Amino acid sequence: MSTQVPETETETETETEPAGESHQERRMTEKAAKREYRDAQKKAEQELRAAEESVHLKVFRYDPEVEDKQEPRFDDFYVPYTKGMTVLDALMYARDHYDASLTFRHSCRQAVCGSDAMFVNGRQRLCCKTQLSEMAEPVRIEPLPHQDVVKDLVVDMEHFYDQMHAVEPYFQSEDVPKEEQRQSRENREKIKMSTRCIWCGACMSSCNIAAGDNEYLGPAAINKAYRFYMDEREDEEELKEHRLRILEQEHGVWRCQTQFSCTEVCPKDIPLTEHIQELKREAVKNNLKFW
Amino acid sequence: MYEHDVIVVGGGGAGLRAAIAAQEEGADVAIVTKLHPVRSHTGAAEGGINAALREGDDWELHAYDTMKGSDYLGDAPAIETLAQDAPEEVFQIEHWGMPFSREEDGRVSQRPFGGLSFPRTTYAGAETGHHLLHTMYEQVVKRGIQVYDEWYVMDLAVTDEETPEERSCHGIVAYDVQSGEIAGFKANDGVILATGGPGQAFDHTTNAVACTGDGYAMAYRAGVPMEDMEFVQFHPTTLPSTGVLISEGVRGEGGILYNADGERFMFEHGYANNDGELASRDVVSRAELTEVNAGRGFEDEYVMLDMRHLGEERIVDRLENILHLAEDFEGVDGLKEPMPVKPGQHYEMGGIETDENGHTCIDGLYAAGETACVSVHGANRLGGNALPELIVFGARAGKHAAGGDLGEAQIETGERGDIEYDETELPYQPGEVGMDTGPSGGVAADGGAVAADADAVVEREVEAQRERVSTLMERDEGVQHSQIRADLQKTMTQNVNVFREEEGLKQALRDIREIREAYQDVYVDDPSRTFNTDLQQTIETRNLIDVAETITLGALVRTEFRGAHWRAEHQERKDDEWLKHTLVGWNDGDPTIFYRPTILEGENKTYEPKERSY
Ligand SMILES: Cc1cc2nc3c(=O)[nH]c(=O)nc-3n(C[C@H](O)[C@H](O)[C@H](O)COP(=O)(O)OP(=O)(O)OC[C@H]3O[C@@H](n4cnc5c(N)ncnc54)[C@H](O)[C@@H]3O)c2cc1C
Ligand code: SF4
Ligand code: FES
Repeated sequence: MSTQVPETETETETETEPAGESHQERRMTEKAAKREYRDAQKKAEQELRAAEESVHLKVFRYDPEVEDKQEPRFDDFYVPYTKGMTVLDALMYARDHYDASLTFRHSCRQAVCGSDAMFVNGRQRLCCKTQLSEMAEPVRIEPLPHQDVVKDLVVDMEHFYDQMHAVEPYFQSEDVPKEEQRQSRENREKIKMSTRCIWCGACMSSCNIAAGDNEYLGPAAINKAYRFYMDEREDEEELKEHRLRILEQEHGVWRCQTQFSCTEVCPKDIPLTEHIQELKREAVKNNLKFW
Repeated sequence: MYEHDVIVVGGGGAGLRAAIAAQEEGADVAIVTKLHPVRSHTGAAEGGINAALREGDDWELHAYDTMKGSDYLGDAPAIETLAQDAPEEVFQIEHWGMPFSREEDGRVSQRPFGGLSFPRTTYAGAETGHHLLHTMYEQVVKRGIQVYDEWYVMDLAVTDEETPEERSCHGIVAYDVQSGEIAGFKANDGVILATGGPGQAFDHTTNAVACTGDGYAMAYRAGVPMEDMEFVQFHPTTLPSTGVLISEGVRGEGGILYNADGERFMFEHGYANNDGELASRDVVSRAELTEVNAGRGFEDEYVMLDMRHLGEERIVDRLENILHLAEDFEGVDGLKEPMPVKPGQHYEMGGIETDENGHTCIDGLYAAGETACVSVHGANRLGGNALPELIVFGARAGKHAAGGDLGEAQIETGERGDIEYDETELPYQPGEVGMDTGPSGGVAADGGAVAADADAVVEREVEAQRERVSTLMERDEGVQHSQIRADLQKTMTQNVNVFREEEGLKQALRDIREIREAYQDVYVDDPSRTFNTDLQQTIETRNLIDVAETITLGALVRTEFRGAHWRAEHQERKDDEWLKHTLVGWNDGDPTIFYRPTILEGENKTYEPKERSY
């Protein structure tokens, strides 16, 4: 019946599934052949480049869907260098000129959106904030370690977001304001650094503890909790204790072994380890109170 | 198919605020956004939020400054709403935890900004947008509002009655960037577009790579007119290498501009004898370029912005972020050296035509934030007026979509009421070329027959988008979007920039026509469904073409000099003729241009156009 009416939902589904598959396969082979040809051309162009003043990138590649990328590999790109060029600029150049399938997250290119944290020459960095001139060649670019790779340089951030959400990262009050609350300059200064986090995930990726314990809240989430715990505008005892209880749980602050790797890689210079330590002290103080 | 009462497209400042408001009104809301909300471009805003909070200031002054800044092209009902609602909204986000900079007494700090008669710009260091975005996202998390992040919205599901004013929007079609799944989202009460600006139409911009004008293009093709698109704000202080913005806060705090002859040219060459560096952005941008064109620039490209005299303490306290930006992106130490700056595309003052409730002429379709034009900025936006716009009109759109009562709108929308049509001869036929690489319009073509059945409208659009993607993916050679985008950016930058000439504008239109033709052969090289940014950018590029064309059309027909819109052949503001909005309607692929008079009658007074002098 549905075959009579090509627009209905059932019909399209039955048609696209089996037919679509073989069609897709055919398309993939055809595309692959053309790609091969183009790749050869691009390679030749790149070899020429390699001889000129250019930067050599070694970029991690992986795509679960594309046959020759299912086995992770590194691709070489030679990008013409211009003064002031960042690692992100080089990646964009490589994508736009050599391989449109090269995949990475990026948006603001000014170190505020947090989407292009990657592992560059063995360290977590924001690509847009990293000058090529400061990197030894070849510049090795990999996805953030300890995260699942979705494709090429893109990692799955879900777990990171879940941890951020787990600390109840929001002011709790529900009142309707007529004017602003007061906050002292000192208090704003105290929380200032902690509010700068751009959720890039570099710290989590650099943390050995987080790598071994999937439930560990991790430096970014703990820092987020710090931001609320220390903010004098939210100063109800009960709330503070509630926040401490979240932080003190088995996979909370006490897991941190003060290795400082998070603090080292944070592109916003947030003193993460210090914040975690401070919250540990708060937890101790709070517990003593009940003795 | 997914289903919600209200669907907000975009998770920037406007989208988050809209979602919160709709939820407070009792609606089941979802945010569908191509970037995770905290990655939105609102996070890049630096300088601050205008709101009349203090004694000595009041909303009427804010409204007056805004009207003057707009060069009398703002609509009074919109501007007055902005000024009236802003204080409450600012207090609200403060209560949500926004870490504003503080005065000794613990109250939020305010600073002077260009074009303001009172230091009314509330700020959080030079990272106001970052804090605003995160604070609002926190509230979204608190309320458990559903967020579909990294879902790219491809088009709207709108019925196809003859005129847009009869159409209704029933949802959207989006695809999951991670998996490639294409799905329909039905909106029972309304869709709110909060997709941000179109900066990527230009090659030197302060806008993020994601600012590709998707919302404008989707609404435009569905039949909503684009309003005042010719008014593109070029910010006078961007870093020459990247377009990264150096906040107006630097000039607000007392930073000075000088040329290669060491002259403080804003005064010495008489561009703004009273306000100097703090004249409004269009004035300063033109001054800088005039200096460069006269051979008084550095390397024929830029001028210098100096803040060293402010002293380390003040700089670190209020502009610390600027030090980082100058260091990371230009290799300059702002404490020891001046910073090179030049104008860059920054903000689109026009946009999707809406009324004060965020509603467009299509039933169930709303827009808010930079992508909308409720008409508060007119010909020139004052610094610090975009962020209050996001929260004020985001909240209103959310509330209205969810059924809340905001009263009758005073601003009319669509091709009705007091309008007149344009008769300019165009050098070519704008609009549609080829149907297979993009939707012919955002409307589901099925006569009015399916209008009653929202599911069918959405389903049909899903099919159309599946086909579109198949076409793009199956083609195995042709042109790549990166090439097309580069050509588009080039002609826009050359011809539709700070200075505009008739011949250049016509050239841009001819180029855009060629670019449209080239786009018919666009192909996606990446064969994968997983995180295919090649596919996404190809679709975005199509949107940029449509948006760029509306900007250029508006710029060509407006034969006067107003605000940011400068024309070589027309060196004066022509109030007798041009106190009106330009509107470009897609008209099913055959664009029409028409005009609607500006509303200058406010609540208590009528704004009299005056010379803008600074
Ligand atoms: C560098 C800079 C500094 C600024 N400083 C100030 C300032 O100091 N004061 C001020 O008032 N204004 C400032 N502005 C202007 C202001 O910040 C912006 O106009 C405003 O933030 C735009 O917010 P928005 O919510 O409309 O859009 P955005 O924040 O850009 O959000 C757009 C959202 O839409 C989503 N989206 C887009 N397309 C799609 C699609 N197809 N499908 C799904 N989702 C989509 C994106 O993912 C994103 O979440 C500044 C702007 C810039 C660029
Ligand atoms: S704390 Fe620093 S490293 Fe960690 S997510 Fe935030 S900005 Fe990134
Ligand atoms: S691109 Fe936004 S942080 Fe680098």
